[in-house]
Amino acid sequence: MNDIIYQKTKGLTNQAMSYCPGCTHGIIHKLVAEVLEEMNLLNHTVGIASVGCSVMSYYYFDCDMIQASHGRACAVATGVKRTHPNNIVFTYQGDGDLASIGIAETIHAANRGENITVIFINNGIYGMTGGQMAPTTLLGKKTTTSPYGRNIEDHGMPIKIAEMFATIPKVAYLERLSVGTPQKVKKAKKSIEKAIRYQQEGKGFTMLEFLSTCPVNWGLTPIEAIKYAEKEMTEYYPLGVFKDVDQDA
Amino acid sequence: MAIGGLMAKGKVTFDYAYCKGCNLCVEYCPVHILELDTYKTNEKGYNIVNVIEPDKCIGCAFCALMCPDSVITVKRVKS
Amino acid sequence: MKKILLKGNEAIALAALKGGVDAFFGYPITPQNEVPEYLSKYMKDAGKVFLQAESEVAAINMVYGASASGKRVLTSSSSPGIALKQEGITYLAGAELPCVIINVMRAGPGLGGIQPSQADYYQITRGGGNGDYHVLAYAPENLQETVNIIKASFDKADYYRNPVMIAVDGLIGQMMESVDLDSDIELKMIEKPWAASGKNGGNKRIITSLYLDPYELERHNLHLQEKYTEMKNNEQQVELINIDNAEFVIVAYGTMARICRSAILMLKEEGIHVGIIRPISIWPFPTKAFTTIDARLKGYLVCEMSHGQMIDDINLSVNGRKPVEFFGRAGGVIPEPIEVVDAIKKMKESLI
Repeated sequence: MNDIIYQKTKGLTNQAMSYCPGCTHGIIHKLVAEVLEEMNLLNHTVGIASVGCSVMSYYYFDCDMIQASHGRACAVATGVKRTHPNNIVFTYQGDGDLASIGIAETIHAANRGENITVIFINNGIYGMTGGQMAPTTLLGKKTTTSPYGRNIEDHGMPIKIAEMFATIPKVAYLERLSVGTPQKVKKAKKSIEKAIRYQQEGKGFTMLEFLSTCPVNWGLTPIEAIKYAEKEMTEYYPLGVFKDVDQDA
Repeated sequence: MAIGGLMAKGKVTFDYAYCKGCNLCVEYCPVHILELDTYKTNEKGYNIVNVIEPDKCIGCAFCALMCPDSVITVKRVKS
Repeated sequence: MKKILLKGNEAIALAALKGGVDAFFGYPITPQNEVPEYLSKYMKDAGKVFLQAESEVAAINMVYGASASGKRVLTSSSSPGIALKQEGITYLAGAELPCVIINVMRAGPGLGGIQPSQADYYQITRGGGNGDYHVLAYAPENLQETVNIIKASFDKADYYRNPVMIAVDGLIGQMMESVDLDSDIELKMIEKPWAASGKNGGNKRIITSLYLDPYELERHNLHLQEKYTEMKNNEQQVELINIDNAEFVIVAYGTMARICRSAILMLKEEGIHVGIIRPISIWPFPTKAFTTIDARLKGYLVCEMSHGQMIDDINLSVNGRKPVEFFGRAGGVIPEPIEVVDAIKKMKESLI
C-alpha cells in the first residue's frame, strides 16, 4: 500500500511551464500554489501576473489571475484588494518589474500598508528580454547592457530591496529567502504560509524576496546557477527576516 | 501535497512529459540513485531521468522538492 | 427633481456617485483637483473606496485592478496626466475592461498651462496609446449634460467592456450652474461573470491583453473592431443648432460651442444665418450629421481651442464637398464671440 509523500499540487494547472530548465521560478510557483491549496484559498485568491519571464504565470496558478503592465502589479493589486478586502491578493514580480520600472508603485503600496503579499523573484538580471542588467545585478557582473561588468560609477550599487523596505512602518513581514537546497525550500514554504496568514489577519504589507537563478543568461548550468545564488548572491543579499511585526513588537 | 519525508523506503515516479532534464533531482538526491539518461528523451527532446537503484530510495522527496516542474511523485513503500 | 447650484468639478464627483461608482483612484492636477477632493469625502461617507495614488500611472493601474475584479471605477485627470495614463488605457481596452475617465483639459504641449484647451482631441480620439483601439468619448458643454453623460457612462462602459472618457475643460470644471442630479437615466447594473474576483469553485478567469499567437491576437482584434463598429452605429451624439437654410455652419464642441452660440446670435443681427453642428460624442465622431449637405450651404467653419485637431474629422466627413475653414486660439486663451463673428465674415468675403 503506497502513501503519497509528495505529489504535484492542485494549485498549479496542467499547463507545462515555459521557464528554462532548472530555473527556480518553477520551485517558487510550486510553493505559492501549495500554500494556497493547503490553506484552502484557491477559490478566493486573485493573483497579479507581472511582465518578465513570469508574464504567463496566469496560465500556471489555478486561481483567478490578472495580468498587469510592466511594473504596475502593486497598483493593480491595490485596486483589487481595496475593492475586495476579503480576497487574498498576491503579486508575482521579477527584479525589473518590482525594482526598476515599478519601484514607485511597490514603495507606495508598502507605505500604505496594502494588505497584499508580494512575491519578489530576484535573479539580478532581465531574463525574458535576453539578459540585460537589472537594478539588482551584482557588481562586476557582465550582462548584455553591461558588457564590461556592472561598475559603481556608471550604474550605482545593486539595490537591496529587503533592507530598503524594512524601513517602511506598515510593512508587516519581510524576509529574504533562497530555494537553493531542499531544506531552504521547505523553510520558504513556511514563510509563504506566514505571509498569507498575515494578509488574512490584516497585518499589512508582506513581501518575500527570493534569490533566484537565471541559468541561460548567466551562462551556467542549473546546478552552477544555484551555487552562484547560494554563494555570490547570498554574500551581497543576506538571507533572513528583515521585518516581522509580531516579533518586533 | 508535500508532507515531508519520513525515513521510510520510498518510490519515485516521473511524469516525463514535463521533465526538462535540468538535473536538479539528480544533484540533490542524498543517496545518489537518480541519473540522467544519455540517450532517451521525452517528446520535447529533454533527456529523462532514470532511477538506477530504486531499492535504496529513502523517500526523503528532496528530488520532488527541488523539481521546478512538479515531475516527480514520491510514495511511501510499506514493507 | 430639484436643481442645485454646483461647481463643475463637484457636479462631476456627484454624478459619478449617482452612476454607481465603487472606487475612485486619482492624482492631483490642476484644474480638476476638486474632483478628488470632493470624492475623498463623498466616497468615504458612502462607504466606497477612495485612494489618492502616487501618480497618474499608478492611478490608472489601480483602476485596471478594480475593473478587472468587477467594480465600477472612476479616475480623473487633466491633459498631461491623461498622457501618463495612455499605457493603462490601452491595456484596459485590450483586456476589455470598463471604466470611466474624466479629462479636464488644459493647454499643452508638455506641462503647458492650466487654462482651458481642446488640444487633446488627437490624444483622445486617435488612440494615445498603442494598438487598434478606441475609447468611447464625450464632450459635454454644460453641467447638466456632463452629469447625464457621466451617469450613463458607467452603464455604457460595462456594456461595451471598454473605457469611456468624458472630456471637459477647466472652464466647465470651475463654472457654476444649476443641475438636477437625479434627472434622466436609470442605471443598468449588469453581471460580470468574466471578472477575476475569486473563482469560488468555478473555472478560473484570466484578465489579460497578451496574446502571443498572431492568429489569436488577430481574432481578438477583430472582436474589438466589432465593438467599435457597434459604437459607431449606435453611440454618435450630436446637437444641431439652427442649421436649416444656414449660409455657414460652425462645428464646435464643449466650451467653444458655447462661445459660438453667442457668435451666431450676433451674426443673426447682421443678417448672416449661421448654424452649429455640436458633436457631443467625439468618438465616435457624428459623421451622420454631415451626410446630407444643403446646397445653399457655403461652407463649414471649424472652431476649436487648439490649432485644429477635430477639423480632420470634418474634412473626412465632408470629403471636399464644401469648403472647410478653421478658427482657433490655443495656449489656454479663450476666444471671444466677436472673434468667431469676424472669422465667419472673413470666410464669407473670401468665398465671394
